[in-house]
Amino acid sequence: MAGSDDARVAEALEKLLTDHPPADTPRQEFWGAQFDAGLAWVQFPEGRGGLGVNPRHQATVNEAITDAGGSIINRRNNVLGIGMGAPVLVTHASEEHQDRLLRPMFTCEEIWCQLFSEPGAGSDLAGLAASAVEEDGTWIVNGQKVWTTLAHIAKWGLLVTRTDPDVPKHAGMTYFLLDMEADGVDVRPLYQITGEAEFNEVYLDDVRIPDEHRIGEVGEGWSVAMTTLANERVAIGSNIPERGDGMIRHAVQAWQEHGGDDPVARDTLTKFWIEYEAMRLTSIRANANRKAGNPGPEGSTGKLHWADLNKAVTEFGMDIQGGEGMLYPKGYEFSAPEASGTARDESLEQLYLRARANSIEGGTSEIMKNILGERVLGLPGEPRVDKNIPWKDVPRG
Amino acid sequence: MAEAQSTDTAVVDFSQSDEQQMLRDLASKWLADKSDSERVRELMQTDTGFDEAEWAELAGMGLLALPVPEELGGAGMGWSEAGVVAEQMGRRLLCAPWLSSAVLATAVLLEVRGDAADELLGAMASGERRATLAHRTGDTDVALDGETLSGTARFVLDGVSADVLLVPVQANGGTTLVAVDSSQASATPMPVLDLTRKQAEVSFDGADVTVLSDDAGDAMGRATTIGAVVLANEQVGGAQEVLEMSVEYGRSRKQFGRAIGSYQALKHRMAETLKEVEAAKSAAYHAVRTLDTDDAEETLIASTIAVSYCGEVYERAAGHNIQNHGGIGFTWEHDAHLYFKRAKSSKLLFGGGGAWRSRLADHLGF
Repeated sequence: MAGSDDARVAEALEKLLTDHPPADTPRQEFWGAQFDAGLAWVQFPEGRGGLGVNPRHQATVNEAITDAGGSIINRRNNVLGIGMGAPVLVTHASEEHQDRLLRPMFTCEEIWCQLFSEPGAGSDLAGLAASAVEEDGTWIVNGQKVWTTLAHIAKWGLLVTRTDPDVPKHAGMTYFLLDMEADGVDVRPLYQITGEAEFNEVYLDDVRIPDEHRIGEVGEGWSVAMTTLANERVAIGSNIPERGDGMIRHAVQAWQEHGGDDPVARDTLTKFWIEYEAMRLTSIRANANRKAGNPGPEGSTGKLHWADLNKAVTEFGMDIQGGEGMLYPKGYEFSAPEASGTARDESLEQLYLRARANSIEGGTSEIMKNILGERVLGLPGEPRVDKNIPWKDVPRG
Repeated sequence: MAEAQSTDTAVVDFSQSDEQQMLRDLASKWLADKSDSERVRELMQTDTGFDEAEWAELAGMGLLALPVPEELGGAGMGWSEAGVVAEQMGRRLLCAPWLSSAVLATAVLLEVRGDAADELLGAMASGERRATLAHRTGDTDVALDGETLSGTARFVLDGVSADVLLVPVQANGGTTLVAVDSSQASATPMPVLDLTRKQAEVSFDGADVTVLSDDAGDAMGRATTIGAVVLANEQVGGAQEVLEMSVEYGRSRKQFGRAIGSYQALKHRMAETLKEVEAAKSAAYHAVRTLDTDDAEETLIASTIAVSYCGEVYERAAGHNIQNHGGIGFTWEHDAHLYFKRAKSSKLLFGGGGAWRSRLADHLGF
């Protein structure tokens, strides 16, 4: 079976690269052809951008495309769609929605964003308050979302709302697709400590969503949202840089420019280099074990490790610059970049500031430690005071 | 960027062969039976710190000569297999001269080879003889006078119980490796912090020697690297064990009406330890695999990562384990201190991490 899957992927790949040489084909056209060939998400069903094979084949496909001069930047530029929206659509959405939405998502003709967090619901996402009330087959939505990456250029949003405040919090939520161009959707840039606005606040004022844009049953929004978050944590944790690349590269560069001959700083730098490498090896080990069908705890620690180490190493990098570490040479530009996260090639001081979010975004390090402690190590949970009482009676603030 | 900075990512392969999995199960089963807490506590109070009958059992299972070629009576495997076994031994704090004889002495003999070395390797594989290596050259102050050796070597692992002492001697601008029969040496137990691993001060006064090599500098370096990397695998076994001890206690011990593992102060510390132990395993597994390749550069990098990181992680995990247990963790009766002491001693056995890191920093051009 595995052998015939290998052959199917190889055949589809060869045909794609022959019929649409990636180096000479406009990106969006190539991505469309890639989708049609079933090589967008190989694990998805045929006709939905996949071939219904093991997802491990995707790595082979991506490598072959980049080797042939093609681009897989769509996965980053539309990360909330391709990384998180697509699995939700394939798992929970109607045939019509899948037919309509997946292809332009993959080609980046339609950018996606995720409307989950609220000012009053961060780590306790299930406490969210944005309300959706049904009136004659249409849902009227009111509320405020925050930390919405790419909302300013997004066509579609993945939205979770409160539809029943009288039941415990996890039971009263419903999941929707939101047309970001609908009346009452107001997107405002949210400037972060770097001066950039990677994120937005989204105000929803009597926004009307047709019932056919509901994903999953009424009241089952939480389980649909969990499909998204599981994919988010994998997406954030599994990037494997080359040895010596990533944040540590900036610290090494700072050392070479400013380090002098301080043996303590040199040892600290080497320690960081070593820990980055131990972390990188762990990602490789996690991927290998996942591929072998034998995933273990090594696959769950990456996000926590990466977040805390990035902060520590950029702090160190700033320190060894001496007085230069007090400067922010490019200034605070108050711009809204088109790509998100730490992937862009930035300066050390910008990374230093940006890294503060690494232990907050996609689950704070505190939440990650709860997950590791309870789900991986099997420690008991905290007593929950909000568990069996209606959402409207839970203290908030 | 310095020229020496390695940008090519070396081959990393974490797959485990069926043979390795069988070895792990074999070792783990035997250790559960033969090296429980009670047995460790008995043996650690003896002078030699091990049991002859159990040593013979290890020989019978082929665990004393894993990387030794079959024609010399060994298993014909590699150091990777030694790493698999070491990890299990670390979990159970095995009291036996395995690291000294089956790893350090074996490693240096495999480097120098020759008739005398080969004969000794054969006798060690069968369990008939045990050798150790005076691996800390800085603590070895000896000189050759013709065919006899005089001086002192400190921190010799299992120096009291070894049948043969392998000693590096600085002579004629190089390193000569000699073998000395224990009847020609006087070994005094050192008052070790970690009672589960014996060390001795060994004196020689005109001892007869067999010269194994008069150019053993590289062999000593290689043996030290092998010893430290196999030890790193032992360290991750110990670190995993103390983490599991803490988790078990966190689930069963109750204070203020709750299992203490439900408190984030403890839960989060254990999650941190999990994160570090998983990264330490990656470092140790990769490093031990490089020992079975010809890639000297990758061996230098990977061994330093393993020695530096695993040493610190085990020490921290073992320290947290005492804290996670509260008062009971500070008692002699509880096993937490045995791991804590093993962790500290292991971290220092092959030179502290700083010296290793300095070498890596030179290599990376820092």
